Amino acid sequence: MRILALVKRVPAPGARINITEDEQHVDDKNLGHAISPHEECGVEAAVQLIEQYGGDATVMSMGADVSEEQLRAAVSVGISKMVLVPTNGSPKDPQATASALVAAIRELEEQDGVFDLIIFGNESADQGGFQVGIRVAHELGRAMVNGIKGLEIPDGQDGSGDGHIVARREVDAGFEVYELPLPACVGVKEGINLPRYPTMKGRLASKKAELVSLAVEADADAHANGRQAQTRLKSPPETATETVILGDGVDAAPAVVDLLEELGVL
Amino acid sequence: MSDFPTKANVVVIGAGIVGSCLVGHLSRLGWEDIVLIDKGPLPNPGGSTGHASNFIFPVDHNKEMALLGVQSANQYRDLDRSVDSGGIEVARTQERMDELNRRMTSATAWGVEAELLTPAQVKELVPFINEEIILGGFHCPTVSVVDSLDTGTLFRNEAMEKGVLQVFANTEVEDVETVDAPNGQKKVSAVVTDRGRIEANYVVVACGVWSNRVANMAGATIPLVPAVHQMADVGPMDVLAETNTEIAYPIVRDMDTFCYERQAAGSMEVGSYGHRAILHHPDDIPSNEEAALTPTEMPFTQDDFDPQMETAIELMDMLGDAEIKYAINGLLSLTPDAMPCLGETVEVNNLWSAAAVWVKEGPGMAQVVAEWMTYGYPRVIDPHASDLARFYPEERGDDHIWARADEHFIKTYGIVHPQEQWEGRRNLVQSPYFSRQEELGAMFFQARVWERAQWYDSNADLVERYGLSEREVEWDNRWWSPIINGEHLNMRENAGLFDLSAFQVFELSGPGALDFAEYLAVNKVCKGVGTSAYTPWLNADGGFHSDLTMMQTGEDVVRIVTGAFDGGRDEHWIKKHLPEDESVTFKNLTMSTTTLGLWGPNAEAILSQLTDADLSFAGNPYGSVTNVEIAGVACTLFRVSYVGDTGWEIYTGWDNGPALWDAIMDAGKDHGLRPTGMGVYAVTGRIEKGYRLMGAELESEYNPIEAGLARPKVKAADFIGKEAYLAAREAGDPESHCVTLVVDDNVDSQGRQRWMQGGNEPILNADGERLVDSHGRVSRVTTAGYGPSVGKNLLLGYVPAEYAAPGTKMQVMYMNELFPCTVVGTGSAFDPENTRLKGE
Repeated sequence: MRILALVKRVPAPGARINITEDEQHVDDKNLGHAISPHEECGVEAAVQLIEQYGGDATVMSMGADVSEEQLRAAVSVGISKMVLVPTNGSPKDPQATASALVAAIRELEEQDGVFDLIIFGNESADQGGFQVGIRVAHELGRAMVNGIKGLEIPDGQDGSGDGHIVARREVDAGFEVYELPLPACVGVKEGINLPRYPTMKGRLASKKAELVSLAVEADADAHANGRQAQTRLKSPPETATETVILGDGVDAAPAVVDLLEELGVL
Repeated sequence: MSDFPTKANVVVIGAGIVGSCLVGHLSRLGWEDIVLIDKGPLPNPGGSTGHASNFIFPVDHNKEMALLGVQSANQYRDLDRSVDSGGIEVARTQERMDELNRRMTSATAWGVEAELLTPAQVKELVPFINEEIILGGFHCPTVSVVDSLDTGTLFRNEAMEKGVLQVFANTEVEDVETVDAPNGQKKVSAVVTDRGRIEANYVVVACGVWSNRVANMAGATIPLVPAVHQMADVGPMDVLAETNTEIAYPIVRDMDTFCYERQAAGSMEVGSYGHRAILHHPDDIPSNEEAALTPTEMPFTQDDFDPQMETAIELMDMLGDAEIKYAINGLLSLTPDAMPCLGETVEVNNLWSAAAVWVKEGPGMAQVVAEWMTYGYPRVIDPHASDLARFYPEERGDDHIWARADEHFIKTYGIVHPQEQWEGRRNLVQSPYFSRQEELGAMFFQARVWERAQWYDSNADLVERYGLSEREVEWDNRWWSPIINGEHLNMRENAGLFDLSAFQVFELSGPGALDFAEYLAVNKVCKGVGTSAYTPWLNADGGFHSDLTMMQTGEDVVRIVTGAFDGGRDEHWIKKHLPEDESVTFKNLTMSTTTLGLWGPNAEAILSQLTDADLSFAGNPYGSVTNVEIAGVACTLFRVSYVGDTGWEIYTGWDNGPALWDAIMDAGKDHGLRPTGMGVYAVTGRIEKGYRLMGAELESEYNPIEAGLARPKVKAADFIGKEAYLAAREAGDPESHCVTLVVDDNVDSQGRQRWMQGGNEPILNADGERLVDSHGRVSRVTTAGYGPSVGKNLLLGYVPAEYAAPGTKMQVMYMNELFPCTVVGTGSAFDPENTRLKGE
């Protein structure tokens, strides 16, 4: 099967995020960068499907040249091809992003055939818009489900041609199960799998992989006013937490009991 | 947690391995009312300790690093926070195999068990290694892996349980305040934190990579820079996981690729010192909140590590298929000369530094600082090369710190020659003769910041004249030239002119100057204007602090002349002891004074052409200091010699120097005078006479009696260390003596002539036994050099009294081979009666 996984370069999560003085960017001077966590699971899902059913997987990112780092990270865990849709800075308007991605996907599909499955992350870790995947799918006229935590190919199929794919979405009471006709799009969520770390050999192999840069003409209308624009960024108020030490050793036991009673768990 | 204090005796800033061990050691030495603060949480406040690989290779060529490494390893063992994993340094090149032989020599010197292994023997210990790409290994079974965070906690707990320590985590220092002290000095007074202000008598900066920033708050400097050491944790691997323990296999240092592989339970830590130097300003290190991991675990820059992964996989193929689970750009501290920063800051009294110390030396160096604060000087070892006061102002700025760290980072696992010179940051201070010396083809060596001519290519003809030759083995020949021996022999035959401008020249003046001079020195200094003394300065325990000359140049003026490597330390020592009544004024005259040395049998004939002064030995006796005019230039003549031939140190104003040089060179034309370099002054001339050098033969671990520098009588005046000195004299014959040895045969097992470098080569008895006295002091080479006038390789070092008799047969180890040598005695190998000093 042919799979395309889309990834975005975002500041590595885990630390306090500072905003630059002009309130337009995340201050990344102390931060490393990573693939958005949901998308990292998307990459892992693509690799697992290819391992099981054969075929090839491509990873694509839209962003500045430095996004090459995330593309190579995906190749280092088993993706075979990588494509960069270059932009100046981080794209802000989801429709513009979606239009550019659709143009790039069409060009790739013209060259090598249709992607049976396009995997997005549920939402990006930085902007969290939940927008791009559904807009791309809509424009391509393909079925799309977001929030996916399980992907399966029905018995006897190989995930390509006119088959379908089963996608599971977690809800309060259990799972919603969707059958999507191929070619299809899904937005996956953390928890669908445990992404592997790259091996040293994988990392070294990724250094040798060819980076395809695919500049596309985006839909001019997509950049028109009235679409989404960024005014300014602001850090949320820090939630103050206080650590109260209840005591040391057995002496702390009564205080622990009191607290558990207060919380109503006893 | 107790209320935040407003007063304390000592505030220690930084609760990493160093600060934590320091409070423990201070409490053991009886200190009370100690406060330890750190901006991060405990037990891992987020500095370099938290991400250290925590292993200790106990063999180092440097004495301080080796002995404090062993001492630290033992402290971890005493607390049961250590496992002896063993460790192997593997060689991929013949040059590295030679270095491993040198490691074996140092292991013997420091008494560390070690052996050389064949590739097959390495494979037996490390079954997953590719033995086909290595030539051998240096195995050290006592390499240990320690728990540095837990050790820090135990040291803190020890002090807290005594009730002498309060600890405050998550407390950030905002300022370090000072007050004026006598003699225009500053003294630390308080630490301002985000939780309040603490007045303190002593403040210790143990802030690792942040140390310079915190010292700067008080107007002091601790020259270090945070630098990246990349490390990746890869795994799991079955062969490691099956051991069910933190570490079962020896740590492998892949020396030629500057990498190590260290088992960490089921994974392998691959660490690198092979990437480009990546330096950060302390202000650019994130706070604990801004850091994804901890502040000193910065985002991994994968591209820098890729070449290291390739070579690591070559050595251990299994690493290639293991997952990279955790990878960091870990920060650690680098200094301009790769040695730690210990001791009191020179800018602010009672503000101390315990910085640029890695986990492997942490407990030992913390003990050094604690003893220093307690006794005025450490007892466990002489921290001569780690003393923060060693740095000159030119060495304390970021431009210098960064450039030097950039140059030496790649040498962390490098093969560094004992005489190795820096490439960058040269010509920081040049003497007035620099352009003349350049024209003469001087080979410049840098003495801290000073450029000194080691030899002159213009004297190459002397090599032929005296039938000299290069050395056979490149290592022995490196940073050396037979021209040195030519210059030496010419000096003995005619005369040599030496540029001694790197001398550090100080002046004490004022009503208390003479008394203060006597208080510093063992020997009587002030016997009237125009007199001098060559004298040790001792610490309170009676060991050497300094060794220098002092001259009474006025009714209440004393000049002090010391070496380029000790100027900073000696200046700090003087200032620290200046009388509080301000009766003594200190001046540093170094940059306004230049010194030439003129020595050799023709010295008097040369100089007498330029002056009417009486230069005869009777009229101008040894040790005399006279003001004379030479070639119309006002000079001070000091009749003394460090090279064993008659002559003078000639002092004049900096600007007069070039004219004086030209006049003397011109007057010497028909007397065989040659410009002569420091190779003669510091090594060949000195070693033939057995003259001792501070930092080599003279260290705080030895006293003047052992060094052979005790005078028949002790002066009446009090001086620092007098009580200990008198006790040592009364104790009778010392246990060890500083002696000269002559190497009887320099030919190695391959039939090559070898030449010792003076890099702590062990001196063994005829049976090949290592010699250690009851104080734990090992017999080792403190200076090695060729004696061109005696035609032999000479060595200086201390040996136990029973081996000190002239004629005793001994052996010296060099490059892991033994060479026979014989004790000359405690005096000189050349002209023992000193007839030449008198021009006879």
